[in-house]
Amino acid sequence: MKKVIAQIYLWILMILLYAPLVFIAIFSFTESKVLGSWSGFSTQLYENLFTGRMQESASLISAVENTLLIALVSAAVSMALGTVAAIGIFNLTGRKRRALSFLNNIPMINPDVITGVSLFLLFVFLHFSQGYLSVILSHISFGTPYVVLSVLPKLQQMNPNIYEAALDLGATPGQALRKVLVPLLRPGMISGFILAFTMSLDDFAVTFFTRGTIGLETLSTFIYADARKGGLTPELRPLMTLIFLIILVLLLFINLRQAKMQKANE
Amino acid sequence: MKRSHWSIPYAVFLGIFVVLPLLLILLYALQDGQGHFTLQNITRFFSDADALGTFAVSLEIAIENTLLCILLGYPAAWILANRELNRSAVTIVLFILPMWINALMRTLATAELFNIFGIPLGKGTLLFGMVYDYLPFMIYPIYNVLVKMDKSYPEAAQDLGATPWKVFWKVTVPLSLPGVSSGVLMVFMPTVSTFAISEFLTNNKIKLFGTIIQENINASMWNYGAALALFMLIIIGISTLFTRDGKEAEGALI
Repeated sequence: MKKVIAQIYLWILMILLYAPLVFIAIFSFTESKVLGSWSGFSTQLYENLFTGRMQESASLISAVENTLLIALVSAAVSMALGTVAAIGIFNLTGRKRRALSFLNNIPMINPDVITGVSLFLLFVFLHFSQGYLSVILSHISFGTPYVVLSVLPKLQQMNPNIYEAALDLGATPGQALRKVLVPLLRPGMISGFILAFTMSLDDFAVTFFTRGTIGLETLSTFIYADARKGGLTPELRPLMTLIFLIILVLLLFINLRQAKMQKANE
Repeated sequence: MKRSHWSIPYAVFLGIFVVLPLLLILLYALQDGQGHFTLQNITRFFSDADALGTFAVSLEIAIENTLLCILLGYPAAWILANRELNRSAVTIVLFILPMWINALMRTLATAELFNIFGIPLGKGTLLFGMVYDYLPFMIYPIYNVLVKMDKSYPEAAQDLGATPWKVFWKVTVPLSLPGVSSGVLMVFMPTVSTFAISEFLTNNKIKLFGTIIQENINASMWNYGAALALFMLIIIGISTLFTRDGKEAEGALI
């Protein structure tokens, strides 16, 4: 009985959470310009999306490209900067360590609007022209903390003598880093990269404030502008559906693999 | 070179991209358009009925949203973490998945859904949409704490004669409070500060604090915008102190 009530509760919540996404997915298979009116089954919107034959094709596709480019570059830099920083912080003690950990938490606690406004003021103050570079730097600033926090636990689990042993056996610090440290830290680096990447993909507010006036659009700012004009570009429907499916498959894959590995370890 | 020196590049980066921007908010908030020192932006906020009203509404919506998320999310997290009630690893993935999808997209889809069912956009739809957007952020931290909780505590309470109800309120709930407090942090402040979400869910009828900040910055009123942002920073500082208490409580309990 308890189990039935629990299952019903989870199902009701799940249906509520997914209703809008399922709704978008269903209406991605009809051509109607207005969301919610059904004009017969069609895969036209998907074709438009992939062939670029649509009214706003160029701008939507370039928004997707910008989003991916910014996310990839900023997540990669975050991963490198954050890993080196984590090694440094791990070897710090006392007040310096606490201070850096505190500063590292700020971008995660700060609401997007504050991060966006503060970085906007920074670029204005420094007379730094806003565009791709300012957006990427901003995304690095809120992505790196997640890398630091993913790599630190791996350093704590690691046997500290391994690195020293490599140095004693004649490896240069660079070799010891590449051949000993990085392989041990890789799982933390990868999850940090994925976190930074998705934070960047999801971001709207920070990009909005730091992109300047060169007409740089990411998916979020495109959707925002589109919705303000009234009515979404119909091709966004198949795009959202595809993004949703890709994330679903990725997350299920990662989690099921983790569950399997945990079982194997037990 | 000592390995602790490896933290230097990041320390410099944090100085430029985190500390300096926050100081600039303070600097711009205390300046007029010509760069002279003034307290005018601060005093203007306290006599600006529009901004004060928006601030009150934002706090109200944020408190209601946070409470609703706890009310709906806690039972869900509890069921998900309970091995007798939920064996599948897939369910938890499905519950945290919306966190990974662009919030603007989900919000627009929700607003469209309201339109189709003819529900007028207003405060009700705003709260409903906010709960939609933030519920996963409440469920996940609570679930994380509950799943890692040492099951021998509730078992011991049971062996000592506590009723299931008492076990839940006196053992499980107190042990899960750190999860609740990080959930509150992930829901409360973002609700106050969102700007696009409230526009879409109420058709511009209700503004939240984030919207006012954005409007001022976009209208090139940087100094007043910075003063509003400063005000929000102070509130964040206060609410972070509460969660730090939560973290200390966690250390004390375990």
